[in-house]
Parts: sequence; C-alpha cells; structure tokens
Amino acid sequence: MLNDVIFGQYYPQKSFVHRMDPRAKIVLMIAYIVAIFLANNFYGLAAVVLFLIVAVLFSRVPFGSVLRSVKMILFLIVFTAILNLFFYSTENVHLIWQWGILSLSWESVINMIFLALRLFLLVMGTSILTLTTAPVELTDGIESLLKPLKYIKFPVHELALIMSIALRFIPTLMDETNRIIAAQKARGADFETGGLFKRAKAMIPVLIPLLVSAFRRAEELGDAMDARCYSGAKGRTKYKKLTFTWRDLAATFVVAALITGVVLLNIYLGGKFDILYYFL
Amino acid sequence: MRIVAKGLTYTYNPKSPFPSQALKGVDLTIEEGEFFGIIGHTGSGKSTFVQHLNALIKVTGGELRIGGIGDAGYDLADKKCNFLELRSKVGMVFQYPEYQLFAETVEKDVAFGLKNFRRDIKDEKEIAAHVKEALETVGLNYAAVKDCSPFELSGGQKRRVAIAGVIVTKPEILILDEPAAGLDPLGKQELMELLHSIHGGWCKTIVIVSHDMDEIAENCTRAAVFSEGKVVMEGKPAEIFRRGEELLSLGLDVPTTARCAMLLKERGIRIDTDFTCDDFAEKVLALYAEGKAGKEGGDAQ
Repeated sequence: MLNDVIFGQYYPQKSFVHRMDPRAKIVLMIAYIVAIFLANNFYGLAAVVLFLIVAVLFSRVPFGSVLRSVKMILFLIVFTAILNLFFYSTENVHLIWQWGILSLSWESVINMIFLALRLFLLVMGTSILTLTTAPVELTDGIESLLKPLKYIKFPVHELALIMSIALRFIPTLMDETNRIIAAQKARGADFETGGLFKRAKAMIPVLIPLLVSAFRRAEELGDAMDARCYSGAKGRTKYKKLTFTWRDLAATFVVAALITGVVLLNIYLGGKFDILYYFL
Repeated sequence: MRIVAKGLTYTYNPKSPFPSQALKGVDLTIEEGEFFGIIGHTGSGKSTFVQHLNALIKVTGGELRIGGIGDAGYDLADKKCNFLELRSKVGMVFQYPEYQLFAETVEKDVAFGLKNFRRDIKDEKEIAAHVKEALETVGLNYAAVKDCSPFELSGGQKRRVAIAGVIVTKPEILILDEPAAGLDPLGKQELMELLHSIHGGWCKTIVIVSHDMDEIAENCTRAAVFSEGKVVMEGKPAEIFRRGEELLSLGLDVPTTARCAMLLKERGIRIDTDFTCDDFAEKVLALYAEGKAGKEGGDAQ
C-alpha cells in the first residue's frame, strides 16, 4: 500500500549514467533545469525532450519507471495547468471566453501547454537522477558539493549524516508502518472507508506506535554510534572516494551543448506564441 | 472452523525489479480443535501464509477457505467475502505485538478491537466487562492496570495487554506469530499455559508460528514445516521430529529431546518417544532401569 510513495526509487543497473560521479550528476541536473527554464519556445523544449530521451537510453532504465515518477505529481501538474488556463492574462490577445476575472484565450492555452510540458520535463529529469543514483551516493555527492560552506562554519558533514540516516530509515519505517497497519487491521481497524476526517482519525492507531518506535530506533542508533566511537567529521575518511571520469566530462559537454542549443533556438526562432501567428 | 488451503501462491512486488515469490503452492488443512504449529526459517513463507488466514493479504492465486461451505464459511478468494466479520473470528497476534499499542490507557487499547468489530455494543459497562474478562484471561489485574498508559508497563505486561486486545472479541481461531519471541523462560512458560487455558473453550483452534522446536514438541497436536514457499512436512510433532536429519538439512533445528535421541541412536540405543520432555525422561528412565536390571541379572552381583 505504501510501497510506491518514495519519490523516484533507485533502479539498480550498470549503465553510463549509473557510473557517473554523483557530484557531476547533481550539477548537470541543475544545468538541465536551467535549460528548461531558459527555453522560451517549443523548439527549445523539443531539444530538452531529445536530451531527456538520450539520457534515459544511456541510463538503461525502462521508460515506464521514469514515467511512474510523474504519476505522483500528475495532480499537481493538472492543477497548475488549469489555474494557468483561466487566470493567465498578461498577453491575452485572441480571447475565446471571459467571465469576471476568469478568461480563456489562445495564448493561455499555449501557455498552459508550455507550463505543463516544463513541469513534466522537470520531474522526468530529476527522477533520472534519483533512479540512477543510490541514496548513499547522492548524500556523498551533496556533502562534497557543500564543502565550501565549511568555511562559514556550516555543519556540512552533520547535514549529510542526517540526510543519509533519514534515507536509510525510510524503508525500515515503511516496513514498520505496513506491519502496524496489518496489526491494527487484524483488530478491525478500517482505513479504507469514510470521509477525509474519519480516515485521518483512523491513522492515529498507526501513527502513535510508529512515532514510539522511531524514537526507540533513534535512541538505539545513537547508542550504537557512541559504542563505535563516532565523533563527527573530524579525521574521518571515506570508504568510497568520488572521482571525476571521462563519462562526467562527456556528459558535461552534452549538457553544455544543450544549453547553447536552447539559447540559440531562443534567439533565432522567436517566442512560444509564434505558433499562434502561424495559424491565426 | 477448519482452514483449507489449496495451491495457495503469493508474490511480493510482482511488477517491480525485485519480485519475490513467497508462496509456491501451499496445500494445508488445519482441523477445528487443533493446536497447530508452523515451523520454518526466515523467508520460508510462513508469515505470508498466516497473514492470508485473516485476509491481511488477499488471495491472489489458489484457494483458501475457512469454515464450512455456504453461510458458515468464508471463501477468502471471493472479493465479496465479509472480511471484517472474518477478522473478528480469526484473531491474529503479530510478532512483538506490544509495538501496536497506542491508546492513552490499557482499557481503551484493549477495547479498540471490540469497538471495531462489535458496533452493536453501545453500553460502556458491557465493553468494560469484556475488557475485564480479556485482561483477567491474560493474567493481569484489571483494576490495577486499566487506567495505566500501556507505555509505562513492563515488556511482559505490554505483551499481555496486546494479546488481550486481540482475544477480547473471542476469536474462534487464534493465530500467533512467534508469540514467545524475546520473553524469558518463565514468561514463555506462562504464555503457553495461557494459550492452553483458552484452547478448547471459545477459542477452538490455535495456530502458532515458531522457531522454537521445544515449544512445538511440547504444545502442538500437529505441525507443518515450511520451506521455500511450500509445505515440506506435515504431521504430529513426533512424526516430524523422527525425521530430525531432514529438518537439520533444511537448516532448521530439532528439539533438545530429539537431539539427545539422535546422539543415543549413534551409540546404538533406540528410544521410541514423542519428544516431549516428560515422555522422553520416562522412556530414558525406563531404559536405564531395564539396563540396570539386565546388568544385575547378568553379573549376578
């Protein structure tokens, strides 16, 4: 029941993208997001789509798994799209319908499609990162990238530790939740019927034992770390050193080409509404 | 109510990159009135099987029927089956049941199941009477613990409260997954005495899942051994433990008595026992007395 909650589960595979340095992947992901938002016409987005397809092929993750991550936020995309459809009013020229502050124009339709596509690409792209990078690698990468913040006394190592512990305990607590749900169901608890309020109330017998066990586990983990003389970042070495390889260099070139391409397409092929002038 | 499973199969995460088939066709019949033991090591499918029995896991392959045919029985493969009613008749005590306690007071926690299953009981006094009975059945003093928070009790007491929370509806079939795990020897013994005291009354059938072979040998009328999602042995504990070598080759343990019997067999002494401590001691003593008598007769001292 709760197994598909985790956003972008890791998909084990031995591929080009999987073997890349997590730091490179994170930075290139940010660059990819920049490219999505730089694009202001459909040609630019088409270039991003092309890049995405290539990236998925190189990661050897089935397209179905990548699409599944979009399913979680489909509601959000649809919701934003609908709001944009009726409340967009900056460039309304070709009006179709208007009622008070609500309006519908060909521009708002285009804008909606553009925005939905952007969000869609955003989620697809970031899920490639989480699908191809194990959580531990991800936190290692973030820790390494945030290292400069140490100079302003920011607790980078502690933050990374908190993140990896949190990630580590998601499956454990998920198992625990399923077990407690089963136990309460066996005592006749009903989680499936009733309104929102009734369902929220039905979760109390699950949440309280879960919280109690989370605290118990936290205490046990703290004791175990103390017992093994854990004392923070000082003098601590890494088991797996991150290294920048030719793969990362190649990927960097591809992403740089993508951004350049998007910018050129922006300059030479006009804005997103040009399509309209073609038809109307 | 008898439990009949035919060709029961189940796969976890069937559509993910890691599907795992937990049950590969389980055929098992548990008659009414049995004290049934389920043996098997981690991952053998025993927990998955028992979770099917009160529909916590829905049947996806094979047949599972509890009770007779028609109105009196439940066909668990049928989506229209009344699962709530079934769960009130088939009680399930999970491993470490104390981790499911949640209410502010012991009384409220024990009443939780009753209030869910018996919506018709509105009278607080009647509910309190049921709770009192359940708590006294598990050997707790109702007046002393009813207003305590379940979190301030000791480990053993918590487990008793959790069991009371399941038996408060008087299920006809009671399933316990590793009920004695983590208890001290005295706690284990008391728990087994408790189970025997309710078995045969309103609770007609008891099914326990256990690693502890001594527990199975001492308490069960019949048992089944699970391995890799299948039932590989079934019968009276004595019949199962007579095949001790097979159990060991499956990576399972045998009761201490069976171990002794195997050691004696290596030295050429055969003992015909049902592997309970009492019987084993009796047979050994008899053998000892016989040997002594024979020796005395032979040497004529």
